[in-house]
Amino acid sequence: MELVLSLAIGVLVSSGVWLLVRPRTYQVIIGLALLSYAVNLFIFSMGRLRTNMPPIVEPGVEIDPAAFADPVPQALVLTAIVIGFATTALFLVILLASRGLTGTDHVDGREP
Amino acid sequence: MAAMLPPSARNTEAWLSGAVSVLAFAIAVYLYPSVADGAVVRREIEWVPELGLNATLRMDGFAWLFSMLITGIGFLVVLYARYYMSPKDPVPRFFSFLLAFMGAMQGMVICGNLILLAIFWELTSIFSFLLIGYWHHNAAARDGARMALTITGVGGLCLLVGLIIIGHIVGSYDLDAVLASGDLIRSHDLYAPALLLILMGALTKSAQFPFHFWLPNAMAAPTPVSAYLHSATMVKAGVFLLARLWPVLSGTDEWFFIVGTAGISTLVLGAYFAIFQQDLKGLLAYSTISHLGLITTLLSLGSPLGAVAAIFHMVNHATFKASLFMAAGIIDHEAGTRDMRKLSGLFSFMPFTATLAMVASAAMAGVPLLNGFLSKEMFFAETIEQHRASLLDTLTPYLATLAGAFAVTYSVRFIHTVFFGPKPMDLPRQPHEPPHWMRRPVELLVLACLVIGVVPGITIGPYLHTAVVSVLGERTPYYSLAVWHGFNTPLLMSMIALVGGLVLYFFLKNYLARSEEDPPGLRGLRGQRIFERILVTVSWRWARSIESFLGTRRLQPQLRILVVLAFAAGFWPLFNGGFDLDLPSLERIEPVFVLIWLVGMVCAVGAAYQAKYHRLAALILMGGAGLVTCITFLWFSAPDLALTQLLVEVVTTVLILLGLRWLPKRQEKVDIAITPAARLRRNRDFFIAIACGAGVSAVAYKMMTLPVPVSIGDFFLRHAYSEGGGTNVVNVILVDFRGFDTMGEITVLGVVALTVFALLRRFRPAPDSVEVPEQQRLQNEYDDATAEREIGETLRDYLMVPSVLMQWMFPVIITLAAYLFLRGHDLPGGGFAAGVAMAIGFLLQYLAGGTRWVEDRLRILPVRWIGFGLLLAAFTGMGSWLFGFPFLTSYFQYLEIPVIGKVPAATALLFDLGVFSLVVGATVLMLIAIAHQSIRSHRVRAVEAAKAEEDA
Repeated sequence: MELVLSLAIGVLVSSGVWLLVRPRTYQVIIGLALLSYAVNLFIFSMGRLRTNMPPIVEPGVEIDPAAFADPVPQALVLTAIVIGFATTALFLVILLASRGLTGTDHVDGREP
Repeated sequence: MAAMLPPSARNTEAWLSGAVSVLAFAIAVYLYPSVADGAVVRREIEWVPELGLNATLRMDGFAWLFSMLITGIGFLVVLYARYYMSPKDPVPRFFSFLLAFMGAMQGMVICGNLILLAIFWELTSIFSFLLIGYWHHNAAARDGARMALTITGVGGLCLLVGLIIIGHIVGSYDLDAVLASGDLIRSHDLYAPALLLILMGALTKSAQFPFHFWLPNAMAAPTPVSAYLHSATMVKAGVFLLARLWPVLSGTDEWFFIVGTAGISTLVLGAYFAIFQQDLKGLLAYSTISHLGLITTLLSLGSPLGAVAAIFHMVNHATFKASLFMAAGIIDHEAGTRDMRKLSGLFSFMPFTATLAMVASAAMAGVPLLNGFLSKEMFFAETIEQHRASLLDTLTPYLATLAGAFAVTYSVRFIHTVFFGPKPMDLPRQPHEPPHWMRRPVELLVLACLVIGVVPGITIGPYLHTAVVSVLGERTPYYSLAVWHGFNTPLLMSMIALVGGLVLYFFLKNYLARSEEDPPGLRGLRGQRIFERILVTVSWRWARSIESFLGTRRLQPQLRILVVLAFAAGFWPLFNGGFDLDLPSLERIEPVFVLIWLVGMVCAVGAAYQAKYHRLAALILMGGAGLVTCITFLWFSAPDLALTQLLVEVVTTVLILLGLRWLPKRQEKVDIAITPAARLRRNRDFFIAIACGAGVSAVAYKMMTLPVPVSIGDFFLRHAYSEGGGTNVVNVILVDFRGFDTMGEITVLGVVALTVFALLRRFRPAPDSVEVPEQQRLQNEYDDATAEREIGETLRDYLMVPSVLMQWMFPVIITLAAYLFLRGHDLPGGGFAAGVAMAIGFLLQYLAGGTRWVEDRLRILPVRWIGFGLLLAAFTGMGSWLFGFPFLTSYFQYLEIPVIGKVPAATALLFDLGVFSLVVGATVLMLIAIAHQSIRSHRVRAVEAAKAEEDA
């Protein structure tokens, strides 16, 4: 399982990085989205992969941490997802405004 | 002691600043008994004790003497400035700068820590900049201020580095520790660089050759400022530092040659330049430079007697130069000009001022029975002594005598041209005596000159002794302050200087009456011009060439460098630390999961491949990758993440869909031609991307297969219910344990939403996107062509079923959001997920009903949602203060609500409600801001059409 997930993260990173250095703004926004998936998965996987152990505890029972997935990376990623959405939105608007102002969708604001 | 720290309050009244300086003066006087016999008063305030940085205040005899000068002359300057400044000038600013400067200077003098000293040092530079540039409408003042700041600021930086080296050598920044370890410092390898850097600081501050040129340019300041900065304080800071560190640094060849060369050349050149100035203040400025050179020379000699003379001369120079500056200010104020070619015969108009100025300049020239004479005698006596067998040392007495003669010449010139001779012609104003209180400070200072000059032993003697002991300690030599030492070589030198100076003046008199500014022969060599040229070279030409060489305005190379650097930063430690990958085991692999991720990877690569020409396809593929991510979260026990990811995925896709309409068309055929260079670039990028992906894969795999260390997650798991009152640990972490982080995050979200909104308010679409999209045009044409149809009807018919469905779904979605929100503390859900779900509810209405339809029926005020959410979260957090707990401590209890049953009611729930409200507001704001553009562009089109009609 770890192997599959790490390969998947690698593919996401590669696609993201490739798009990141492309000249068109739309490519960059897709690239950033893919990269953010990869990073979220990476952070999440730092808590190790466990199936059927969601971090939802039973009240009043002695708690064994080993029986649950690590909640900390999950909390980190949860906010990261929302913030990621915000930055995507911001970038999209900047992309649109730049396209409106400069008449091109090249990242430098002018055709090479 | 507190009164001596920089006063930060704006003092609007002159008497207030006067009172502050008098108070400081009184405190200094009061402290005298405690420092009188070489003792040290210390007060330590912990600052950064780990680094040995304490705000130590330390007052010894030398600091005391300087405090007296700073506060005493400071008070006199305040009194003087009260009459000098015109009512039109913003006087409160002046006095607050002056007080701030006084505070900084005072702090520098009494601080007991090297780093603190450097800080106060920089503060004096900054405040002197503000004071010199006080008349900021005047270009000369601005230039002078900038030059002073640049030179002294650079010096200050050097000083800081030098002091840090000293601190490194000694192992402590404490001044007492440093003063006690002179031998250690002098024998250390780093002594030379430290000395050089510290000297850079001290020599620039004290305007020593070749850094002297800022001082004459700083004369554009108001005269009280000049009187204060250039007599008692600013320029004295340099020599103060030299004297302070004298026991530690002096006595070596390096010290003697650097300081000696700078000092003696400043002494002679300054005096020579002073003779040929036409501006009264210019003359005084160069004479100040010259006198500072004298002090520096004395300190360079490395003999204790030299140090005594230097300290003595610092005091003397402060008194007579402050009074002379004030006198020059009075002349300027009452006669309206400072040009010595215009001024003459003022004695009959202002006899008092003239007499005072005469006495003071006699002190400057070193006439017997005045204080300047005493220290000059000591100086001459010191120069004759042989210190180091070298050409410089042999030459010193002759040069000193020459400079003495020059000093006499310019002093005589000052008096003779201004006060004697024919009645002045065409002066801007009719000169007269100044107000009584404006003259009073000058009178006091001149009186001090006289008294010290006549009976030095009983006036300044004990205080000077205190200061000298505190600097020299056991090396204090025997010295005599008597006026009459009998006929000896120094007296002879004085006589030669006096007579020589007078003779020189009578030779030069006629030439000077007509000549231009600056001495003959050296007119071309203006420090100012060299300085400006250097500045232009460094800050313009070099900067430009570096920018064009290293910088790029193109984004792609910058990003590429960032990516490569990130890769290298990750690779390097792994490469060095050894990184071995275990062979992957294939046992635990589930085929379904593999299949899912095969789809995911294809989606990712496909998105990357299609993003240029097929945006919609790329978006869908990206969504596919997102969904697979979402399934992964669910698979590995993270239901919260899966839920949020799913909802966010929806919103993101819709958002980008809305944006797609404004992007330019791009056809594959048009730019198909790929040059070899572009191909090379792509190959390189491809390689970088593969390398990054492989690297991250390897690291991720390694991390995942390592055994789990003990993490803070265990703590959260154990205490989530007992202390946070919730069973969903992720949610408890977000709203309770790490509530403050969440607070920050929702603030970011709100800020982003507002930014998006603000950016779109001024949105101008590109011309080719303004037109109605092809699809809508076709629909509208059909409606137009058919008689019984109205425009837009086809579209409405199309979406009839979905829009009714969505209307029915709206309450359902709201209920779902409420459900997600309420269960959040115990089961997957929570403010984030519920907020996004709610936003989707609004969004669906927009999609199905059309922007106009929704806005006619529903008033969503997203900005209020944002504000409400943020305030609620903040107030919930602050609520815990009422009960004496830290910010965001939560309280919880289960409430029995009829029908629904047991509901957890933690204050964290309120906080989560804030999160929810903000997320709804932010998401909706962003989405409708973009959606709204299609309506606005209709309006733009209408306006343009109307304009076109008008033109026709």
